[in-house]
Amino acid sequence: MMSNIELIFPEIFISLSIMFLLILGVFKKESSKIIQNISLVVLLVATVMIFNETIGVEKITLFNQSIIIDYLSSFMKIITLLAAFVVLSISSNYLKTFKIFKIEYPILILSSVLGMMVMISSNDLIVFYMGLELQSLALYVLATFDRDQLKSSEAGLKYFVLSALSSGLLLYGCSLIYGFTGSTNFNVISNQFNTNEYALTFGIVFILVGLAFKISAVPFHMWAPDVYEGSPTSVTLFFTMVPKVAALTVFIRFLYVPFLNLIDQWQMILIFLSIASMLFGAIAAIGQKNLKRLIAYSSISHIGYALAGLATGSNEGIQSSVIYLTIYIIMNLGFFSCLLMMKRNNIYYENLDDLSGLSKNHPLLSLSLLVILFSLAGIPPLAGFFAKFYIFKSVIEQSMFFLAIVGLLSTVVAAFYYLRIIKIMYFDKEKESYDMDHSLWLKSSLTVSTLLILLYFIFPGQLIDVVSRINII
Amino acid sequence: MDLPILSSLILLPSIGALFLFFTRSKSENKITVKYVALFTSLANFFLSIYLWVLFDQTTSAFQFVEDRIWIEGLINYKVGVDGISILFIILTTFITPLCIISVNNSVTKRLNEFLIAILVMESFMIGVFCSLDLVVFYLFFEAGLIPMFLIIGIWGGSRRVYSAFKFFLFTLLGSVLMLVAIISIYWITGTTDVVQLYELGIDTKYQNLLWLAFFSSFAVKTPMWPVHTWLPDAHVEAPTAGSVLLAAILLKMAGYGFIRFSLGLFPSASEIFTPLVYTLSVIAIIFTSLIALMQEDMKKLIAYSSVAHMGFVTLGIFTIQQQGIEGSIIQMISHGLVSAALFLCVGVVYDRMHSRLITTYGGIVDIIPKYSVLFMVFTLAALGLPGTSGFVGEFLILMAAFKDNFLVAVLASLGVIIGAAYMLWLYKRVIFGKLINSELKKMIDLNKSEVFTLTCLAIPTLYFGFYPEPLINTIEVSINDLIDTYNYNLASK
Repeated sequence: MMSNIELIFPEIFISLSIMFLLILGVFKKESSKIIQNISLVVLLVATVMIFNETIGVEKITLFNQSIIIDYLSSFMKIITLLAAFVVLSISSNYLKTFKIFKIEYPILILSSVLGMMVMISSNDLIVFYMGLELQSLALYVLATFDRDQLKSSEAGLKYFVLSALSSGLLLYGCSLIYGFTGSTNFNVISNQFNTNEYALTFGIVFILVGLAFKISAVPFHMWAPDVYEGSPTSVTLFFTMVPKVAALTVFIRFLYVPFLNLIDQWQMILIFLSIASMLFGAIAAIGQKNLKRLIAYSSISHIGYALAGLATGSNEGIQSSVIYLTIYIIMNLGFFSCLLMMKRNNIYYENLDDLSGLSKNHPLLSLSLLVILFSLAGIPPLAGFFAKFYIFKSVIEQSMFFLAIVGLLSTVVAAFYYLRIIKIMYFDKEKESYDMDHSLWLKSSLTVSTLLILLYFIFPGQLIDVVSRINII
Repeated sequence: MDLPILSSLILLPSIGALFLFFTRSKSENKITVKYVALFTSLANFFLSIYLWVLFDQTTSAFQFVEDRIWIEGLINYKVGVDGISILFIILTTFITPLCIISVNNSVTKRLNEFLIAILVMESFMIGVFCSLDLVVFYLFFEAGLIPMFLIIGIWGGSRRVYSAFKFFLFTLLGSVLMLVAIISIYWITGTTDVVQLYELGIDTKYQNLLWLAFFSSFAVKTPMWPVHTWLPDAHVEAPTAGSVLLAAILLKMAGYGFIRFSLGLFPSASEIFTPLVYTLSVIAIIFTSLIALMQEDMKKLIAYSSVAHMGFVTLGIFTIQQQGIEGSIIQMISHGLVSAALFLCVGVVYDRMHSRLITTYGGIVDIIPKYSVLFMVFTLAALGLPGTSGFVGEFLILMAAFKDNFLVAVLASLGVIIGAAYMLWLYKRVIFGKLINSELKKMIDLNKSEVFTLTCLAIPTLYFGFYPEPLINTIEVSINDLIDTYNYNLASK
């Protein structure tokens, strides 16, 4: 059993680093900068480890089948680590401005990343729950990180209460499934299910509800806008991307490994979640005035598209969801990089009106944002279009035309509010210009994400090649 | 072919735009920027003429085909031209430099960005006309929304925001259904390659829904009644160069799409839905002509006349006869030239008087004689006077329509009369009559660049009016083949 232990070296390495950094933080004064840098290195090293050790692994289970290492887990872990790396690297200026550049921030991010990696690799309900709680606890604290701000504390509290509730539901679902199958292991469950199908369905529903909370799918999305708005912007960026990767991986694994045979039962739920998220996200964002709130609704809508791919019950569907998530993360990175650049005299601006006439003062910044927004709206030839194209291709291949048509119509609704931002940037009168002394990290993150989105159409095959190795069914 | 000539045509304007992006013109009149743009678009025009020279008129097969794997096993980047598409490409490359020349007076702010938008737009439009893969087609078709949205929104008139949004959302709404249809075609047949699809054919039971999905997109873009309402708004608010591009080329994408995809891929559905298209076309011709009669805004009047003219085009296409389709294509080319010229004409007086209202003008024939002459040429061409290109198209369409459906043809002919009425009345009210508004006396006649652009448009209008043979020769074989395949597919069902 212990012969394959090197496959979880990245996790072990990160946990050891967390402990080391905590001790370092206690004993060394003024160590925020060093800890930040070490954390960045840790994330990179973990990424390299995954590249070296696990990327070639087809499928191996460890520790009595409770941990699974396969291509999906390696891919998702790399995305998680890289996204966390970018978040950490571009948030330091923001944190310094609010005087919350503390040692806890990188450590909390590292621990939540650790939790997510455990989630991503979990092949057992208990392991999965453990990972989930580890990441959630870190995220609660991150949401309240700017604790002198009322809004931030409120966001953290809200997130804590609702998330704890959903974790409770999830745990209840796990216990139901354990009760009827006699095991918490995904593989064992999948061999066992000649037992009572209806009882199992109850368990699945509870777990789905819990997971839907975590990825903020409608109708379990209520916490998202408030938490996204209240949290510090760099934390919001983290929220919109990284936890979703982990939760979506669990979604995939949970539905497709133990319960693929019950697809008739859960497919309807997923289709409902997907349609509701796409439509609600698109409609509710129209009235928003705060950019972070707006992007919360937009992320709800985007999760709806990713779920549409999962609802198909096919490998292509899973792959298209993974592609969607990857491209979505890149677009989100770009968007938040722009948001973090809207600073004037040490005040960050985050309302829609603050973008007014941006194109006159900052032509390059607004051009990048233009590209990102059109891509979020799914207009070709930008990356966002291809993401949607793959999703709808896999949906239509399963003859789910209703889902496809509703999905595409909601892109038209969603296009409206993306256009509104563009309108404010390009058609309205300009205001004062923003400071331009951004860190190199921030600039390069914006440049790279914009270029990736803009030039994706030249080599669209690369991402597909990578993702097409994901084989769950 | 060594030189990938079609890809060069698509890429060249974008490369020019990239150059412009890095060009910072220091002088006030921004002469460098203009010359870079003009040079790029002219080079593209000559390249397209070279394409026409090399083009083999005796075959209906696609020529200059480039086929590259784009996404393994899913989409190929495939472009090529036949007789149907080549004229549109030349129209595009011909109109764009004229647009760029015309920005002299009308666009004052952010000239750099404006020219970038126009050049990028040109790339996308050429891409639409030569793509031979449905996904590639959709890509170009939709991508054109971005620069046009910005052109209307940034450089437009007072209600530009409303118009830009309406334009964008209307066309996007129509197009997403087409995307569903394209993916469905891939699901049914396993390919999106148009040439292969022509050979394979699509099962009759799917055709009706697919046809409707494509129709929803093309009908909005054409635009057909009752989804034409975005067009007058977009035209009125867009800057002159934007209106010209919109009227001359963007609208032709849909007509081209009808011929290439609706007829080519879904013959049995086209047969079923012909009455629908006839009805909508006749309503468009008569109804919008009547609306055009009552307009007080010149640009709006021409916009409504565009809807009516495009009604003739859709009517001609769905007669599914040699003459009808030939007529439609010639009508589209002619409308491309004439409407572009008319919008430029309106732009000329607007630049001087800052009013588009017809009542502002009157009796200016003595003040600006050159303008009056050129405006007259295009007015007459718009109403389809024999000797102008407008006549050839309308005549062929009506002839085909008479063979197919007498009532429809009679009603459409009625539209020709109303068309003559509103165009002549417009000309009379603007040019002739008593000079009441004394402000008009200060008007200056056309300058050199304006004379040049309008003459450039007038020459082909008259030339093809008297001698449409070069156009017909180019398109004849391809259309013949299209109709043969169409009838063959229909009979084999």
